[in-house]
Amino acid sequence: MKITKEIIDLHGLKSEEYSKIKLLMNREPNYLELGIFSAMWNEHCSYKSSKIHLKKLPIKNKNVIQGPGENAGVIDIGDGDAIVFKIESHNHPSFIEPYQGSATGVGGILRDVFTMGARPIALLNSIHFGDPSNKKTKNLLNGVVSGIGGYGNCIGIPTVAGETKFNSTYNENILVNAMAVGLANKKKIFYSKAKGINKPVVYVGSKTGRDGIHGASMASAEFDENSEDKKPTVQVGDPFTEKLLMEACLELMKKDSIISIQDMGAAGLTSSSVEMAYKGGLGIELDLDKIPCREENMSPYEMMLSESQERMLIILEDGKENEARQIFKKWDLDFVVIGKTTDTKNLSLKFKNEVVASIPIEALSSKAPLYDRKWVKKKLDKKKINIKEHKKIKFDKAFFELISSPNHSNKKWVTEQYDQMVMGDTIERSGADAAIVKIHQKDKAIAITVDSSANYCKSHPLSGGKQIVCESWRNLVSVGAKPIAITNCLNFGNPENPEIMGQFAENILGIKEACEFLDYPVVSGNVSFYNGTNNNNIYPTPVIGGVGLIKNLNKTQNHKFKKIDSQIMIIGKTFGHLGQSAFINELYDIHDGMPPEINLLNEKNNGEMILKLIESENINSVHDISSGGIILALAEMSISSQIGIKIQKPKKMSNIFEYFFGEDQGRYLIEVDKNNLPKVERKLKENDIYFENIGITQKEYFELDKDLKIKVKELYELNNRWYNKFNGLNN
Amino acid sequence: MNSSVIVFPGSNCDRDVATALTNLQFKNKMVWHKDSELPKSDLIVIPGGFSYGDYLRSGAIAAKSNILKEVIKAANSGCLVLGICNGFQILIETGLLQGALLRNKSLKFVSKDINLKIINNENKFCKNYKKNSVISLNIAHNEGNYFTQKDHLKELEDNNLIPFKYCDIEGSINESSNPNGSLNNIAGILNNNKNILGMMPHPERMVNNLISNSNGIELFTSILS
Repeated sequence: MKITKEIIDLHGLKSEEYSKIKLLMNREPNYLELGIFSAMWNEHCSYKSSKIHLKKLPIKNKNVIQGPGENAGVIDIGDGDAIVFKIESHNHPSFIEPYQGSATGVGGILRDVFTMGARPIALLNSIHFGDPSNKKTKNLLNGVVSGIGGYGNCIGIPTVAGETKFNSTYNENILVNAMAVGLANKKKIFYSKAKGINKPVVYVGSKTGRDGIHGASMASAEFDENSEDKKPTVQVGDPFTEKLLMEACLELMKKDSIISIQDMGAAGLTSSSVEMAYKGGLGIELDLDKIPCREENMSPYEMMLSESQERMLIILEDGKENEARQIFKKWDLDFVVIGKTTDTKNLSLKFKNEVVASIPIEALSSKAPLYDRKWVKKKLDKKKINIKEHKKIKFDKAFFELISSPNHSNKKWVTEQYDQMVMGDTIERSGADAAIVKIHQKDKAIAITVDSSANYCKSHPLSGGKQIVCESWRNLVSVGAKPIAITNCLNFGNPENPEIMGQFAENILGIKEACEFLDYPVVSGNVSFYNGTNNNNIYPTPVIGGVGLIKNLNKTQNHKFKKIDSQIMIIGKTFGHLGQSAFINELYDIHDGMPPEINLLNEKNNGEMILKLIESENINSVHDISSGGIILALAEMSISSQIGIKIQKPKKMSNIFEYFFGEDQGRYLIEVDKNNLPKVERKLKENDIYFENIGITQKEYFELDKDLKIKVKELYELNNRWYNKFNGLNN
Repeated sequence: MNSSVIVFPGSNCDRDVATALTNLQFKNKMVWHKDSELPKSDLIVIPGGFSYGDYLRSGAIAAKSNILKEVIKAANSGCLVLGICNGFQILIETGLLQGALLRNKSLKFVSKDINLKIINNENKFCKNYKKNSVISLNIAHNEGNYFTQKDHLKELEDNNLIPFKYCDIEGSINESSNPNGSLNNIAGILNNNKNILGMMPHPERMVNNLISNSNGIELFTSILS
């Protein structure tokens, strides 16, 4: 087949990129080779627009065993244990086919984790939908939630935390980010780097079908009105096969037979084989006649570009084939030697005794295009919001409206579709500041959280980048965990637009600054560009997944009030910043203005103080203050514990709305026994930590002076109503 | 006491229940579905999960597996058999327990902590629970909506074969405390000989106060005593 301009366009390659291919190949590529280049050079696989920025991120601290560049990041949590984790996007497939798109997003991220030798112990997700009134939203929400649940529940990994948000910016491009966390023996981590020549290359798992061909290329282009025709490029998941594949791989990993292992994710067999060979400085030769196929007459092109799920590529030590084959046979999975490693540094594909493709490995990897795309700084909107200039509203009405709004409603409707308890180690689940998962049979645990704040990032990408790292850190601190490292999923619009590229560049700088200051490095992640339809780009939405360590299981905390008549304190200073707050955004529909400022020094001091207070067991509960400000945080503490509050407005307060709905950063609420109060106050003063006493816990009523009084039970109902109503349920 | 946990492809609560049993001093063995012999067991547990991916119908394929023939033999000769969640579905499919587990009324997977009232404790699985007490366990299933015919329901009620029903925190059994539409809020049933128990809630998830609660422990200690 002659390669025409039309074919090149269809493969998402620019004409200068095609010229570069010819130069690297020293000839015209054939159709199969062009397909392979397209799969490896697209944004999703090559990181060509993001790489130079990502390099700025800190990737090390004393706990990091493996940073970015592998299937997942690895950190040391002591006693020979390692935690392996990563987050990844599956945005475009989920918009086209919500159930399968989100399900395979979960399946893909799980493979990234168990490929490295870790047994997955927790799943998390961050899902963003359009406005609830948009006609697509309900169907997408239903499909995505059942897809995430369907996969995780079946494979038997608990979905322990997540966030579900709505904003019209996602009307035509939802976000589905899934994170997986696994536990491994520090000495038995498996990598993708091939070693040795003439080693058998083994294909295991499901058979290859025609699903998902060019999925990675689809994820590297903007949507248009024809996007829904792309349904055939969405992969179909089978969690049952994945469960078998996971058990078989983990069983094989107990032996010493694996040299390297890589899951077939985006760009399937192509990217897995190229990546393994490239990292080892080797070549690889595959015999495509041996590929187990699900359908008849599959062409080499289809085999190499299929994104069929639940498949792995393994390079084995000599003579270990039989031992390995027995294990896969036990689990009723395919196990076929399909090729070998070579010293040619070439990807060589044979089909029906002919060489059908021969490409230098480097041309597909290190020589892939790299762009320093033009970017511009965000023009900041420094206008201050003066609440007194806007329509008057009663405080209690405003509060009731916010707590029953889609974004602040109780997410039970979502989280009750996820098995959160399977594996028997989930201590804190969805609803907590961070989930806590016990290390099986040991007296320690990890805390995990996933966070985003698109409104802040859209109005101030630099500060938003800092904020989201801080929020992640704060959530871990709030349950008593020492934060260790993060994974990030960077969801942005079209990088060829300098403003979008500017959001990305500045956001990375913000993330970098906060990560460095808090010693909270990035160990894995994923970039998802081209989130938008017909030039409407989504808000920049970096999602941060954080992991922390709890050394002593008796010293954890949560946000549930424990007692009547204990003192409630705010740690950190309240300025009453309303710009980009949930209050001003949702109740006044005001979307301009600056987000709250980040003071990294205060953030760190306040957080470290909270950890000390939890350690010394002087506090009964802790909650970080985030979206919705002090009053929403108090409501969450009351609703989860069925204990009320009686609080007073501080005397120096300028405005009740600013004080209680403001979203100043670095703040926590704590509940302290009256007996412990002098001790806690002394500690705070000694450490120069700003605090305010605002009231006490009480039975039954949630009460603020004369401005607000409601039964906690009624508050609970208000908070629970929206989802059920939206989905047409009565209870 | 010797226990065996049957493992099917797709079982996923096998480790959880084995951990609970071992911590409570059972001598436990894992038994692979392709095996044709059961180790000597006083208790056989069929754990939760998605045996054979729930293909065809939950529990249907597992009910035809090699090892199930042995389980049926053992059950019929009086060995204690406990089926949890998917294990309950499998026991129904084998005919060891009667009735059907239909799709949840909400048509959605449901996972949450629920309250259970101990209706009958005069059996080997529940004797350490106090009659009419309320315990909290976790559920996680798609098909837990128990249904049976009128005369069988009467038989269950008359012969004290319903150990637990879903209830609210005060112990009232009503529609709003029913998480899946189950007939009369039934959460588990026994066979006529009371040596086979099938239940949708997961007692093995509630055996440690540090993690959740320990309301599941008495079920296992009842068997031990």
